[in-house]
Amino acid sequence: METSQGITLAALAIHFLVGLSRAMILFIVCSGLSFVLGVLRVPNVAHGSLYMIGAFSAFSIFTLLGGGAVAFWAALILAPFVVAIVSLIAERSLFKHLYQREHLMLLLFTFALMLILGDLVKIIWGAQYRSIMAPEFLRGSFPLFGASLPRYNVFLLIVGPLVAIGLWLFTNKTKIGKIARAAAVDMEMVGALGINVSWVFAFAFVLGCFLAGMGGALVAPTISITIGMDHDLIIEAFLIVVIGGLGNMWGAMVGSLIFGLTQSFGVLFLPQFAIVFPYTAVVIVLLIRPKGLLKSVW
Amino acid sequence: MLDVETINTYYGLSHILFDVSLKVKSGQVVCLLGRNGAGKTTTLKSILGLTPPKMGRIRFKGEEIAGEQPFRLVRKGIGYVPDDRRIFADLTVGENLEIAAKKAAGREDWDEEKVYKLFPTLKGFASRRGGFLSGGEQKMLAIGRALMGNPEFLLLDEPTEGLAPALVRSLGETITRLKEAGLTVLLAEQNVKFTLKLSDYGYIIDNGRICYQGTVKELMEDDDVRKTCGI
Repeated sequence: METSQGITLAALAIHFLVGLSRAMILFIVCSGLSFVLGVLRVPNVAHGSLYMIGAFSAFSIFTLLGGGAVAFWAALILAPFVVAIVSLIAERSLFKHLYQREHLMLLLFTFALMLILGDLVKIIWGAQYRSIMAPEFLRGSFPLFGASLPRYNVFLLIVGPLVAIGLWLFTNKTKIGKIARAAAVDMEMVGALGINVSWVFAFAFVLGCFLAGMGGALVAPTISITIGMDHDLIIEAFLIVVIGGLGNMWGAMVGSLIFGLTQSFGVLFLPQFAIVFPYTAVVIVLLIRPKGLLKSVW
Repeated sequence: MLDVETINTYYGLSHILFDVSLKVKSGQVVCLLGRNGAGKTTTLKSILGLTPPKMGRIRFKGEEIAGEQPFRLVRKGIGYVPDDRRIFADLTVGENLEIAAKKAAGREDWDEEKVYKLFPTLKGFASRRGGFLSGGEQKMLAIGRALMGNPEFLLLDEPTEGLAPALVRSLGETITRLKEAGLTVLLAEQNVKFTLKLSDYGYIIDNGRICYQGTVKELMEDDDVRKTCGI
């Protein structure tokens, strides 16, 4: 068993930053889930599947284009759009008709969709492990306090806040973003202002799923892409959204940070129990604030 | 402009409106008087399609509109001010107005400036969240928001409810001004004195049925009718 004797300041700092960068991916995925929850009131269990599709699409685009730096960037940018298209089809053909149903029905429906999408992924990409490689300048690591911080994590630390800023600008500065915020609270009244709520919902849903796809594409170089990654993620994502405050974007950020950091420090202090830490944090948060840390829109 | 013909509306299994008919001519302010639960709000919601009637016809500018989606009716020129205001609490006053903005060809164009001119109180609160306004301010905002859609015809549901007397007076002036600007209004109210001063024609509704109708003069003179109808 490792003891705390071996833990240096450098290790702490590195684990902090690695945890932070993992939190960025969680945030990107969870902000999408939270957005869909907030605006459409749909607890989308299939959100993790879209994240997985994002990762697999990134792999396909990456291999199709020959696996260089260009292929990597193309994969990163195009994969979320692949997911957006999949989600648009799902929204217009299925979700659209189900918004008025009770939450239990929606849970069952999205759960079924998760199983179906999982099998589709298996049919299309197979059950093998896949991977993609970041371009040269994102590989390797920066020296930091005598230890080393992977460059790709630094990249994630930059992308995460950019996405947060972009989302903030979208919801607060664009008309469609403001309409989405209004629809989250009172969709009938939004309709009574002459706005076609159906398309607002479609847009919000696709945007949320786009973020899932973006998370999947971003995580792809750091993990083995494989079926089952959807299940691992979706539980974490729901917990994050719940402790952050349903439908609250900053809540998704706070929840992701709690989850990412406790996990990272857990690995440092008690590796064999690492997985316990984030869940303990969730329990503590829910005991203190059962409705989540920040204001929930529900 | 509006012609409602024997509509019947249900909430689930309960029958709320029974053969309600009413007419609003262009340029008129028509009132729908009735006590709480008489069916005023349901009538307005039926017209806008929020609670579509099961039977009956509704024509707006000669076009059959029963069963159409609310957003389409708003685009055709109907504005709606709900009795419970339904201000978007998380959006600022300015944003509440902004998202409702719609261009209307050939009609007077409302914009945020004009709404603030009509309700100067709101101007100081432009960047305040709607949820932090008082009831009266929210009422003004709800009217302003409806105007932003450039309606020809306004459904106004209990605008005086919960307002201080001074505000009720200025609201009356506002409605008169809107009428002078060419807006047609269907006004649902309990406040008889306030309403009859503004209206050209009135309907009294009770238990989901229109029980009396007439010009303002007839309504004012006929105390018995008003008593039996419960207002």
